Amino acid sequence: MEIIVASAVGVLTAGGVYLLLRLRTFPVILGLALLSYAVNVFLFASGRLAIDQSPILSKYGEASYTDPLPQALVLTAIVISFGMTAVLVMIGLASYLEADTDRIDLDDTREGEDA
Amino acid sequence: MHWIILPVVLPAMLAPLIGFVMRHDIVLARTASVAGTVALLAVALGLFGMAADGATHVYRLGDWPAPFGIVLVLDRLSALMVLLTATLALMVLVHAIATGWDARGRHFHALFQFQLMGICGAFLTGDVFNLFVFFEVLLIASYGLMIHSGGRDRMQAGLQYVVMNLAGSTLFLFALGTLYASTGTLNIADLARVIPTIPPEEAALVRVAAMLLMIVFAVKAALFPVQFWLPGTYANAPAPVAALFAIMTKVGAYAILRVHTVSFGPGIEGTEDLAATWLFPAAIVTIAIGAFGVLGARRLMPLIAFSVLGSMGTLLIALAAFTPEATSAGLYYLVHSTFAAACLFLVADLVVTRRAGDTLAVRPPTVQNGLFAALFFAAAIGMAGMPPLSGFLGKLLVLDALRTPGTIGWAWTAVLAGSLVTIVGFARAGSALFWKSTATPAPETEAPAPAAASPLEVAPAVAGLAVLALLAVFAGPLSSYLQDTAAQLYDRAGYVTAVLTPETEG
Repeated sequence: MEIIVASAVGVLTAGGVYLLLRLRTFPVILGLALLSYAVNVFLFASGRLAIDQSPILSKYGEASYTDPLPQALVLTAIVISFGMTAVLVMIGLASYLEADTDRIDLDDTREGEDA
Repeated sequence: MHWIILPVVLPAMLAPLIGFVMRHDIVLARTASVAGTVALLAVALGLFGMAADGATHVYRLGDWPAPFGIVLVLDRLSALMVLLTATLALMVLVHAIATGWDARGRHFHALFQFQLMGICGAFLTGDVFNLFVFFEVLLIASYGLMIHSGGRDRMQAGLQYVVMNLAGSTLFLFALGTLYASTGTLNIADLARVIPTIPPEEAALVRVAAMLLMIVFAVKAALFPVQFWLPGTYANAPAPVAALFAIMTKVGAYAILRVHTVSFGPGIEGTEDLAATWLFPAAIVTIAIGAFGVLGARRLMPLIAFSVLGSMGTLLIALAAFTPEATSAGLYYLVHSTFAAACLFLVADLVVTRRAGDTLAVRPPTVQNGLFAALFFAAAIGMAGMPPLSGFLGKLLVLDALRTPGTIGWAWTAVLAGSLVTIVGFARAGSALFWKSTATPAPETEAPAPAAASPLEVAPAVAGLAVLALLAVFAGPLSSYLQDTAAQLYDRAGYVTAVLTPETEG
């Protein structure tokens, strides 16, 4: 299972970084979404990989458990990245409508404006 | 004891109230926002007094003991930063109201309060994951403030800023995951307890996490090589927002200082050399970029943004030494550069709105040319580090603290040469804007002259300059307080004991 989780994180991150470097609004939004999926899976793995175990300590016997904290962290991270993606879509739309281009780049076009 | 959480709760309660209830009534929203910020300042003063006794006050939310529950930690450093935030916020808010910036878009005051909540929370938290959460709170508010009142250039700059910071947030989460996987905790004090027990040959993952965290904080602090977002953002943000952002770069510097001193700091074999090794050269390059940017800028707002970049370099060069002396000098410079940058943006706003655009071209003088020239001159010598204002003392303290043979050559050359180039850049800008313009005849067919600035519009900028003067006059008591602050910061055992000892005091 380790190899599956690890390669999932790796592939998602690679795809995310590639899309992020396209510097156009739509690929960048998708790229950031992929990156946030990658980081969520990564956070899950940071509490060690365990299947079929409850996230609570049992007071009876030696039963092992899976660490609940990463799950709480992932939940927070999902909520935040979801909200941020929504904001990004709105700002990207507004920027596209204002500037008529979807490039995310600041070439100083105002340079020679009133020289 | 509940006072410690008030700088977070107060704006957090006020912001939705302003956003939902008072959104149609700008007068009511302004009143509430000013009242809230004044109350925040009062609370910050109270906390400052509380922390001055040198104890580390811990607020445990829901009384959960420290590594498991959420803690807020108030020591001299965080009290100082919260006080700095509140003072700056009041200045900026009065300016935004007096100049009418807050009415040029919607929800300025609600976003402003959320921004204060995030900043104060980031300074008070004792937990790296909550640092992430408060970073997100302050960032999402700053996205709204950044694109306040819209416009093509501002939207494009805003989009770039958002994308940059979202990528930074993702990296932050990767860093936190790595840190948790290798240490099993995210509480700053608990990290300080666990990391020294990891033998250096097994500390590779912790080192990766420490380095990732430093990159994330460097993005916020606009440190080379991740400084490129700052000039475009600050130059295109509404001027009062840019003035408020003067504290945002300091949040990054504070986070580096806190985490890399307490958790990964000097004396911990596995991680101590990381931050110092990389921060120092990065800070030197940042100073150079800032100085040449000031020299090369063709517009006023980018010029000031680049001078902020240079000041961050000077600040981080002091912090990179990781000694109590250099840190106290750096903290003095931090307080100074926050007010100097804010002042410059506020003065620039007064000037730019009375000229067509902010290009550094010679134009006929506007109304109150003399007053604006004097204000700009004072703020510029503050920023560049000339006597008599506090910038000179700040740079002197930084230089004095960096005397070790390995650093003195690079550090002194960078700070002194950077200051010289910055002075030349400001002098060029000032003479083009204010001095040569007096020799330019006013055109015959002119639009109605812009309105003169009312006393209330000028007051925040003057107040900022007064703070710079006070910082210089009371440099003695302040720097002895900051020495105590730095000493407390480097007393890792005291911090860990205060946070992790399970006593219920709240």
